[in-house]
Amino acid sequence: MAESKSLRVAYGEALAEIGAEHKEVVVLDADLAHATMTAIFADKYPERFYNMGIAEANLMCAASGFAYSGLTPFVSTFAMFGAGRAYEMIRNSISYCNLNVKLGFSHSGLCVGEDGGSHQSIEDIALMRVLPGMTILVPCDSIEMKKAVRASLDIPGPVYIRVARPVVDSFTNPEDEFIPGKANILREGSDVAIIATGLMVTEALEAAEKLSKEGVSASVVNMHTIKPLDEKCVLEMAEKCGAIVTAEEHSIIGGLGSAVAETLAGKSAAPFIRVGIQDKFGKSGKPSELFCEYGLTGSNIADQCKKAIAQKK
Amino acid sequence: MDKKQKARELRAATLTSIYGAQSGHPGGSLSVVEILQALYYDVANIKPEDPQWEDRDRIVLSKGHACPALYAVLADKGYYPSCDLDKLRQADCHLQGHPDACKTPGIDVNTGSLGQGVAIAGGLAMAAKHNGRSYQVFAIVGDGELQEGICWEAAMSAAHYKLDNLVVLLDYNGLQIDGRNDEVMSLGDIMKKYEAFGFDCQAVDGHDADAIASAIRKPVSGKPRFICCKTVKGKGVSFMEDQAGWHGKAPSKEEYEQAMKELGVEING
Repeated sequence: MAESKSLRVAYGEALAEIGAEHKEVVVLDADLAHATMTAIFADKYPERFYNMGIAEANLMCAASGFAYSGLTPFVSTFAMFGAGRAYEMIRNSISYCNLNVKLGFSHSGLCVGEDGGSHQSIEDIALMRVLPGMTILVPCDSIEMKKAVRASLDIPGPVYIRVARPVVDSFTNPEDEFIPGKANILREGSDVAIIATGLMVTEALEAAEKLSKEGVSASVVNMHTIKPLDEKCVLEMAEKCGAIVTAEEHSIIGGLGSAVAETLAGKSAAPFIRVGIQDKFGKSGKPSELFCEYGLTGSNIADQCKKAIAQKK
Repeated sequence: MDKKQKARELRAATLTSIYGAQSGHPGGSLSVVEILQALYYDVANIKPEDPQWEDRDRIVLSKGHACPALYAVLADKGYYPSCDLDKLRQADCHLQGHPDACKTPGIDVNTGSLGQGVAIAGGLAMAAKHNGRSYQVFAIVGDGELQEGICWEAAMSAAHYKLDNLVVLLDYNGLQIDGRNDEVMSLGDIMKKYEAFGFDCQAVDGHDADAIASAIRKPVSGKPRFICCKTVKGKGVSFMEDQAGWHGKAPSKEEYEQAMKELGVEING
């Protein structure tokens, strides 16, 4: 039976696991250790955990100081306050100096639910993606989260790991390869390719299943790395399937959809549709309700796939 | 060499590089000279021949726009040839408009975006304690810079983590781009503010390198230190002194020649 685990718990556990082998790893949080789950690391390695209080600007710069001193800081807070509030500190004091800081920001996207639009970061990938040298990993389940945290250690320079809040049934396999920058093809199809990231990967698989019952053959790509994007895979999918649909729990501006559009531009005439948050803010509600309202569902992805296929010349 | 003469020469080298670039920040560069002098020529434990020496004291020019003065000091200390100063801010030179640790030997931390350097300095001091190292971390901040909220986040955490290996030096020249601090955004009683945040505070004449050095040497335990260095913006050049207009403007030929004359330094070439 598939394991059900919150991605943030998997993140905290992964930190504690790598902490055992990597003494250079320190963890900094901003009074959210029990929400980001860095508390799991803090319980095990209190001498390597620093709570910086509710002060995200200083949090990022303190991490910069640790990285300058040869340590590997993992920095956690909510995506809104990390990527958003402290954006310029990440830009100038981490990314601009290509420092080895790992940013594990939780509570990204609409899945924050009831806390509402003020706390739902729908732009964090966009903000991180424009920074030269930033790697962006968006794991889809707890198995992949653990691989992503471990993989980030081997990437010199800053890495953003997007940590979604909900409990997710794991559907990837522990033995699956996880190579940053190399997409995982979960399903091969020929009529349309769904390129999905994070929580939208399960929805994409659901869409493909639904389409197959209607005689439509869909590929599903788990694009766990938004930057560097696996452009080769995107172009091959466009060539093979002739239609592309992206799916992300993020604004369609600046995230996966934009990255794929930039890849396809001038190279493929395949019809292309972006499923995601359509340039508006989130709001309070149950995550499942919000996902339906904002079209972040397998059934909407399937509908958009049919539209894309209909646009083929 | 006499310290005052050294300060004059550093000021001349600073102004020469800004004049050559026709770009840069003379006012705050001239006010910070003795603070740099106290650190680089006196108290700081550094090895110019080994800029990455692990146990060196870290020096963070948080008011990064004053880097022409820092560049003149680093050249004089031998981190790179003095002729590099002629190419300040040029595309084929490592001397950036604001300090860049990736490009310039002797620079410990990228700064320039105000407030971030002093916060990074706190991180360096935390990391030094974490690693069991005994080096000190010096952060030089500007007065206008203290209007940035991050400075106070950093002050709070420096006291919380008892960073007695951190010294924050304020170049208190009283001026910022739009005018006097008190007109733009008053700092209030800055000593009391840092005291309230849990710092050991001292005030010194910011143009007396010996006084700054002895303030730094005062033993303190369990507290970060704040040294308020009262300075004059544009110090050493009469027409630049205490003038907000000289914050970020290069001198003309006539102004440069006049400045050199006042500093008692002959212009080469």
